[in-house]
Amino acid sequence: MTNHWRDIKHADVILINGANPAEAHPVGFQWFVKAKLDPTKGPGSGGGAKIIHADPRYTRTSALADVYLRMRVGTDVAYFGGLIRHVLENNLFHADYVKYYTNASFIVKDGFDFKDGLFSGYNQANRSYDTSTWAYETEGDKLPGSSGSTQAAAKRDLTLQHPRSVFQLLKKHYSRYTPEVVSGITGIPVDQFQQVAKIVGEMGRPDKVMTIVYAVGLTHHTTGGQLIRSGAVLQLLLGNMGRPGGGMNAERGHANIQGNTDHAISWEILPGYLRIPAPGQKTLDEYVAASAPKKSDPNSWNFFGTNYLNFMVSLLKGWYGNAATKDNEFAFDFIPKPSTNSSWMSIYDQALKGKMEGVILSGMTATSIGPDSNQVLKALSNLKWLVVMDPLPTTSSEFWHAPGMDASKINTEVFMLPATHWIEKDGSFVNSGRWMQWKDQVIPPEGEARHDHWIMAELFDRVKTLYKQQGGKFPEPIMAMTLDYKDPKKPELDEIAKEINGKDLSTGKQMGSFANLKADGTTTAGDWIYTGSYTEDGNLSKRRNGIQDPTKNDPTGMGFYSTWAWSWPLNRRVMYNRASADLDGKPWDTKRPGIQWDGARWQGDVPDYPVTMNPKDPAAWLPFIMNGEGVGRLFSNSMLDGPIPEHYEPVEAPIPNPLHPNQSADPVAFLYDQAAGRPNRFGKADKYPYVATSYRLTEHEHYVTQHVPLLVGLQPQAFVEVPDELAKEKGIKNGDRVRVSSERGKLEVVALVTKRLGGLKLTGSDKPVYHIGIPIHWGFVGISAEQNKDISQYWLANALTPFVGDVGARTPEFKAFLVNIEKI
Amino acid sequence: MTEITRREFLKLGAAGTAGMALVPLANPLGFDLAAAKKRAVDLRIAGAKEVHSVCPYCAVGCSLIAYTKEVNGKTQLLQIEGDPDSPVNEGRLCPKGATAMQLATSARRVDAPMYRAPGSANWEKKSWDFMLDKLAQNIKTARDNTFVAQDANGNIVNRTEGIAFAGGAAFSSEEGYFATKLMRSLGVVHIEQQARV
Repeated sequence: MTNHWRDIKHADVILINGANPAEAHPVGFQWFVKAKLDPTKGPGSGGGAKIIHADPRYTRTSALADVYLRMRVGTDVAYFGGLIRHVLENNLFHADYVKYYTNASFIVKDGFDFKDGLFSGYNQANRSYDTSTWAYETEGDKLPGSSGSTQAAAKRDLTLQHPRSVFQLLKKHYSRYTPEVVSGITGIPVDQFQQVAKIVGEMGRPDKVMTIVYAVGLTHHTTGGQLIRSGAVLQLLLGNMGRPGGGMNAERGHANIQGNTDHAISWEILPGYLRIPAPGQKTLDEYVAASAPKKSDPNSWNFFGTNYLNFMVSLLKGWYGNAATKDNEFAFDFIPKPSTNSSWMSIYDQALKGKMEGVILSGMTATSIGPDSNQVLKALSNLKWLVVMDPLPTTSSEFWHAPGMDASKINTEVFMLPATHWIEKDGSFVNSGRWMQWKDQVIPPEGEARHDHWIMAELFDRVKTLYKQQGGKFPEPIMAMTLDYKDPKKPELDEIAKEINGKDLSTGKQMGSFANLKADGTTTAGDWIYTGSYTEDGNLSKRRNGIQDPTKNDPTGMGFYSTWAWSWPLNRRVMYNRASADLDGKPWDTKRPGIQWDGARWQGDVPDYPVTMNPKDPAAWLPFIMNGEGVGRLFSNSMLDGPIPEHYEPVEAPIPNPLHPNQSADPVAFLYDQAAGRPNRFGKADKYPYVATSYRLTEHEHYVTQHVPLLVGLQPQAFVEVPDELAKEKGIKNGDRVRVSSERGKLEVVALVTKRLGGLKLTGSDKPVYHIGIPIHWGFVGISAEQNKDISQYWLANALTPFVGDVGARTPEFKAFLVNIEKI
Repeated sequence: MTEITRREFLKLGAAGTAGMALVPLANPLGFDLAAAKKRAVDLRIAGAKEVHSVCPYCAVGCSLIAYTKEVNGKTQLLQIEGDPDSPVNEGRLCPKGATAMQLATSARRVDAPMYRAPGSANWEKKSWDFMLDKLAQNIKTARDNTFVAQDANGNIVNRTEGIAFAGGAAFSSEEGYFATKLMRSLGVVHIEQQARV
């Protein structure tokens, strides 16, 4: 989230796409309801915030929405694109914000083009884009940056009239997204779309603010990155980024998915979103030049780019201590350099190719998660060994004796290591709003269970001993890695939290801010975005000054509660908050200030800006300090599938793309099977005429709750939701058992016939198009599976899903694929 | 009907039963339900220690209060409820959070390390030492087998291609950071958690 849960109560309009907060994040949803019930919020003269929910399924979120739009899954770019068109063509955008706080005025190089569904630079043979034409036209000498990361300034036209200005390119691009076109793609009736466009269009006024809230309903597509970007573009045009009550807010689905994304349990990054180095980068300078944002305007601070080297050296110094010296580039060679994508699906893809020997899973079950569970089972069978660290059995620890598997033919050695629960250890969880909240150990570990990090520390110690005894490949990083803990085999999480923050090696004191990190090896920071969380004042995530005393703990009344826990970066509660104030430093809306300039300092939230920088100084930095431009990007050359979001159909779609039928799906979506020489196994609408989508229920969390009796009691067995009209057509009655099949697998479960799903009228289909709704929670492990042994063999929802991914993020297309359904 | 927060409720309790009578509760049964409820809560957590935690499920980050008691030298978990001081949840919990205690103290836990040999149809209970020694050797072997020091173009890449680590959305941040540091130091490139899936 750019903002945070409590902040949603400040919104006038809440657009919800690809999410169902009332059921999936019920306690967070209270802030939506607070906005709705607040008469000072809302469009026009108020009367309460308007909630607009776009989703194929009418959920409890829809029930509390002011407008519910039944929309086809995966068509959000068309929806947001239609809203962008409405805002641009009717001059409803926030003019000053667009001019000064976005790259609308930047001129794009001659040669950029978009035609018949393809951007310039497409290479059909390797399904990729050469993005060199997606760059700005530049002028003058190169601007200074760090470590050779320089470039000349981008040309700008502040009248926004230049035909190659981002503003004009955007206007041209979205001119095709008329209400009729949007309706034909999404299924939203034209009049309903226009009703929403009218409400959203008002949110470009400086005294109004809208938030966009989304979840994995936007990310889980081969176009996931662009679906989110299209919302962000709309928010930038309306001037809603950086403001309380605004932003792009991702509701995340696991207790600490945010914290451990930040700490880079993710193949492409190092802690703090530093890029993993690539082969060919021989020195730190080459690494920074290739990885850091480049300054493209004289008034851009380019804070991230300027400090990239400081952050990287401080990380290396923290990890490799005395072995990291100026002479050896601070042990830069110790960091592995992947040559190809190594994300989730790539792990199983490599296993299928016989190139993966062992997989270690902690609190994550590959079999259930999929995609394409049957293919994942094959991949697991192809490993030499598998480790499952979990408190409870999972569909991965038990995969070798799953229904239909022949254990005698599976040579994977399986290690089930009983791990402790969250409540048996301390440490922090970081929520969707980036709040790092410490939890205490409540009870001691059960039985022989051990903490995950103690298991890893013990393993590492034994591996290290083996290298000492036997020698082996490149043991240097293993020997050099710092383990400055009281007991290196049992590090305390508080000690690690301290290490993450980092210290000044010359004074031994904890760092107070990442702004003081250095590239000379005199500072450490395990994860620079957490520098400031554990200072000389102690572990700030333990702070508990909450709503027991709002007057004292929330002096601005804006709900920042800055001494409750700690949020990154630097305890800032709303990111990009310089953009919440105008050029002079006055809040766009004085009733909802983020930060404001008082003549000497910025007041309010922790400013995303130098605290004493006078905004009226001609040399004042532009508002967005983290990118090279210094402004929000309506046009971005950092995406691999296009600089402006375009609607593409899912890889399996019920209709050809109405915008460009010959380029229906994303031209660079990554087709794992095809790339590996395996058959693609995609279904077509003639055999699989229904759109399927998967989701969670309130009563379960992924798969672990299959072990919680009360929750199993509330949602006792696997089912699919079937629209009433379709059920009639197929002779399916509520409670009948049905078989749902895709080109990859099948599901045999009970049908819940419902009016919550319904047919959509789409361009290119003479019949209504139906969705089948599939909750994801069941499999062959857990209480319900045991109680229903005879019918639980085909309960893995992800047996149906396709093994494809977004080209950049590699998110699988869990949320839109084709199936057939029949009564058993 | 006036809503009584848990905090007010406990305050009222301290003021005695006379205070309770002032609370305009719907009272169709003709007796003081609030007093009965308070007594039930008191009995359950009387003398208990209050410990702070955070819900293990979604990423709203609802604060929890766990009540524990030492019984025969063992810490027993009595109850988990929403923390009324939190600016995030203000004491509220969803059905999952409200039943967190059943996850915390499950009888279904794997109580010892379990090993499944290649081709075997059964789990075998093993010691931690057996598991960790065997696994350490597996990790070393896989690393040595699949380590690439230089790629075809002569670039130093120092990567282990044949081991993957995935997980982390369910454990503490500091454990995650530690996992990243260890795995990268082993040269592992396939590192993932739930962010994509």
